[in-house]
Amino acid sequence: MRVVVDLSRCQGYAQCAFLAPDAFRMHGEEALMYAPNPDDAQREQVLRAAAACPLQAILVDRPEGRDAPVGTSPS
Amino acid sequence: MSSAHTLRRFRRDGRVVIVGASLAGLRAAEALRGEGFTGSLTMIGDELGEPYDRPPLSKQVLTGWVPADGTTLPRRRGIDAEWLLGVPADGLDLAADQVRLADGRRIPFDRMLIATGVRARPWPVEAEAALDGVFVVRTREDAAGLQRAIAAGPSRVLIIGAGFTGSEIASVCRERGLPVTVAELGPAPLVGGLGAMIGEVAADMQRAHGVDLRCGVKVTRLEGDAQGRLRRAHFSDGGTVDAEVAVVALGGIRNTEWLRDSGLAVGVWGVACDAGCRAFDLNGLVTDDIFVAGDVARSPNPIYEYRFISLEHWANAVEQAEIAAHNMVSTQADRWPHLSIPAFWSIQFGVNIKSVGVPTYADEVVVAQGSVSDRRFVAAYGYQGRVTAAVSFNNAKWLDHYRRLIETAAPFPPPCPTPDQPADAKPVPVDFPGPTLLAQGATVVVTGHDPGERRVTVMRQHR
Ligand SMILES: Cc1cc2nc3c(=O)[nH]c(=O)nc-3n(C[C@H](O)[C@H](O)[C@H](O)COP(=O)(O)OP(=O)(O)OC[C@H]3O[C@@H](n4cnc5c(N)ncnc54)[C@H](O)[C@@H]3O)c2cc1C
Ligand code: SF4
Repeated sequence: MRVVVDLSRCQGYAQCAFLAPDAFRMHGEEALMYAPNPDDAQREQVLRAAAACPLQAILVDRPEGRDAPVGTSPS
Repeated sequence: MSSAHTLRRFRRDGRVVIVGASLAGLRAAEALRGEGFTGSLTMIGDELGEPYDRPPLSKQVLTGWVPADGTTLPRRRGIDAEWLLGVPADGLDLAADQVRLADGRRIPFDRMLIATGVRARPWPVEAEAALDGVFVVRTREDAAGLQRAIAAGPSRVLIIGAGFTGSEIASVCRERGLPVTVAELGPAPLVGGLGAMIGEVAADMQRAHGVDLRCGVKVTRLEGDAQGRLRRAHFSDGGTVDAEVAVVALGGIRNTEWLRDSGLAVGVWGVACDAGCRAFDLNGLVTDDIFVAGDVARSPNPIYEYRFISLEHWANAVEQAEIAAHNMVSTQADRWPHLSIPAFWSIQFGVNIKSVGVPTYADEVVVAQGSVSDRRFVAAYGYQGRVTAAVSFNNAKWLDHYRRLIETAAPFPPPCPTPDQPADAKPVPVDFPGPTLLAQGATVVVTGHDPGERRVTVMRQHR
């Protein structure tokens, strides 16, 4: 699965790191580091973290949202 | 495309082309579909693969936590686009409404978005840039190569340029226990983006973490061995340092060359556009069908006296993309302006650095709260007596407060919002280095008239 955190919004409340510690970690006192493609096994945890973020800063792939590039160049 | 009828038809089966298939391009595409655009959508990008996120490249990826190809951006919805990847656009024909690709194809459009961003400024001497061990960091491939080189445990890493990217990479290398030399032409790290006072704090921070920081020097030559591997760097002060890896972190170059003959207002600071992301042409006329978003855009902001501002900020790319997409499918009366206050973050040496506003738009700076020696503070920036920006070190929770001060043009220096007024709360001159240095470390630049680019000929172009 794919995750991105809008770190200009994130205020380091660390709810996400508490709910999905393999995908979100605090770095130093208040900086958040996250795994942009956590294991699918962590999906439930990550979704819960995304829902719990008070700033709604965590964006997760919608399963129906995939639209992989197809028409790549002939080269 | 003025009448409501034409617009309805365009929304239903018009053709949109987006050039630059990265953060801004993807977000614009998603927003277009979200706004109900059902016509054809073409994504043109010179990189292969799906759009990915860049900020982790100098952070999570270099620490080895995340593989370089693991930062693909999540999707909010399917965008049902045709993707033309691995081939750059090399021209825009406004008379025919076509984008030209480097392989000769011509892609017609009704409306198009320019989102070609910036690329890393390469080491200027080609033969030296080609040495094994010399890197830049902008793309996934760059980060993968540097990550491998770092993991191999080089005897020393040299970082050329102590802007945000260079400083972040220095931090990761120290975290991994590697000896690091940072060479910066300016008087301190981050000085181009944040000024002399924060520069001093950043310099102390780097030295406290064991970085061999050399300021006010220029790297004059990269020397290789017989196998073409980097071995040594020479400095303008006569010094040298032996290093197996060098990271060239000298800022970015806007990807605008392909627009040179398009008739648009294009220059080193990007493509000029109005607050609604519509591109200007050479004569200062706003175009109806050409939109710009992200790092390549340069747009006016009333909070900063309508000066044109170029940002290399993630959040700006997202916001501008959404506004450009909205305006593309809206009538004049429904268009939105992009007037949000810029925001940026960086993570280095265990410190969360965040900014709101435009720190380069300032004449004075003051430690407004917290303590510099604890590296936990907020500095407020002011221009002619009003607050224009704020930067926090491990104190991000306060930035919303300063954002409101900026929005309301509150007087500078602002009162300390907590009872513990810092001891050093005296405004000092902000002191930025000159424009040539600015280009290297800043991620936000207030741009103005560049005399070298001046054109005064009235050009009546027929469309
Ligand atoms: C290492 C690194 C760390 C960063 N860290 C932070 C951070 O901590 N905080 C923050 O706010 N911002 C950060 N940024 C900045 C952020 O990544 C950018 O602001 C953002 O990527 C801008 O998105 P964009 O889509 O406008 O441009 P880009 O991401 O540059 O994308 C432009 C795309 O267009 C393609 N392209 C260029 N020319 C052509 C052409 N002629 N034809 C077709 N395609 C073309 C490019 O190859 C690229 O894929 C960082 C950037 C880097 C590189
Ligand atoms: S929960 Fe949200 S605000 Fe808190 S650290 Fe995580 S992303 Fe940031």
